[in-house]
Amino acid sequence: MAWQWFHRLGSPRWFFEKTNAWIPWLAAISISLLIVGAVWGLAFAPADMKQGNSYRIIYIHVPASFLALAGYYTMAISGAIGLIWKMKLADMVMKSAAPIGAVLTFVALITGAVWGKPTWGTWWVWDARITSMLVLFFLYLGVIALQEAYQNQDTANKASAILALVGTVNIPIIYKSVDWWYTLHQPATIKFTSESTIHPTMLYPLLVMVVGFYVFYALVLLMRTRTEILSREKKTRWVQELAVKT
Amino acid sequence: MSAREPQERVSLQAQPLATPGIGAGFWATLRRDVLIAFRHRGEMANPIMFLLMVITMVPLGISPESAVLANLAPGMIWVVALLATLLSLDGLFRSDFEDGSLEQLLMSPQPLYFQVLAKVLVHWLVTGLPLTVMAPILGVMLSLPSAGYGPLMASLLLGTGCLSLIGAIGAALTVALRKGGILISLIIMPLYVPVLIFGASAVTSAIDGFPMSGQLAVLGAFLALSVILAPLAAAGALRISVNG
Repeated sequence: MAWQWFHRLGSPRWFFEKTNAWIPWLAAISISLLIVGAVWGLAFAPADMKQGNSYRIIYIHVPASFLALAGYYTMAISGAIGLIWKMKLADMVMKSAAPIGAVLTFVALITGAVWGKPTWGTWWVWDARITSMLVLFFLYLGVIALQEAYQNQDTANKASAILALVGTVNIPIIYKSVDWWYTLHQPATIKFTSESTIHPTMLYPLLVMVVGFYVFYALVLLMRTRTEILSREKKTRWVQELAVKT
Repeated sequence: MSAREPQERVSLQAQPLATPGIGAGFWATLRRDVLIAFRHRGEMANPIMFLLMVITMVPLGISPESAVLANLAPGMIWVVALLATLLSLDGLFRSDFEDGSLEQLLMSPQPLYFQVLAKVLVHWLVTGLPLTVMAPILGVMLSLPSAGYGPLMASLLLGTGCLSLIGAIGAALTVALRKGGILISLIIMPLYVPVLIFGASAVTSAIDGFPMSGQLAVLGAFLALSVILAPLAAAGALRISVNG
């Protein structure tokens, strides 16, 4: 009984019908959290002593960076589930997660560059975290490219799942090596603000934004997965009946 | 191998249950691949010629001044070695896939892990090892400081092994695709980042007079890890891309 939900996940139709009711809730929660967090962070949180108003980009940058990494693990874990239990739904989740994660990584990189301009005086710095993010972005692009390259959907899923898993093993190694590389080459001109001393009035809107981004991620992932279900199951009767009904 | 086939069939009839062990399978694949590589000697030279030509482009493109070149040399040689490995990877499983012998390999009773390991070992013998041996010449061309030669060869010896092993995963994932070449580079290059960092850094710190044993130890650890894991992933990838 306890594992029934897991076996039911094997049916994309069950998942599609079950999650139908979740969409409006997730949309309402994520949009309200994002609006509250953005207005609070951008308009009401106090300005930073050193950086002035430019620091406010963390309300986009930090949640996007969190989800860039969490998105990779979501993708890799669902790929592993698809490989191990041969679950169609997990493959669809993996395929849907890859572009979202890539976009979030890109957003994190871009906002980092925009933040870097007023803070460090340059758009791009070979900083350890930026470099790791760039490599993560490349890992996402590799998974997407492999997914696109195969004609056969099943092979594409399994191949990109293996690549995502190989990437998962490598991510900690890449992060550690880039970190080590950076401490070796650290340019002396750049000073980083220590992060532990963030004031609560700045932290609370950030937490709201982080939670909002997570819910938004879940919403987009769910919507993309549902589209994927419809397009892959379009030959089945229940999808055709659904299409006729609506 | 076809000449030996009748013999094997006879022995199989005599002892229906006797199958060659893991070691025999490993050696058979190793011997076969080395033989194939030596029968295409021209192809073996390609990565090395690529390496030479790219290294020739560096002074032409940047500056012939030895001070500038010496600064660039460790990283440049490492990056080019990485590119040469990437270019040669596409052929790792492709010809076997096209003539059907890869499917025979997948169906053989020996674990695929050792078969893949043998193929990767041969790939390293015909690309990684020559690159390592060639490295001093490239060092001379880029006026590498004399303290850098030993470390360059040591780091390449350990590092090219990792490059071949990790690259085998990419080659296995793309073997069934007609245009696998550039895709391999796309999916494998991010995974090469740690090897490149530690490989080039070992040379630079040796030139600067610092110990490089730490970097070499890390490269050795990468090699140990990839010997264990990469053939497994490549074997899984081969089963998927051949059957799909």
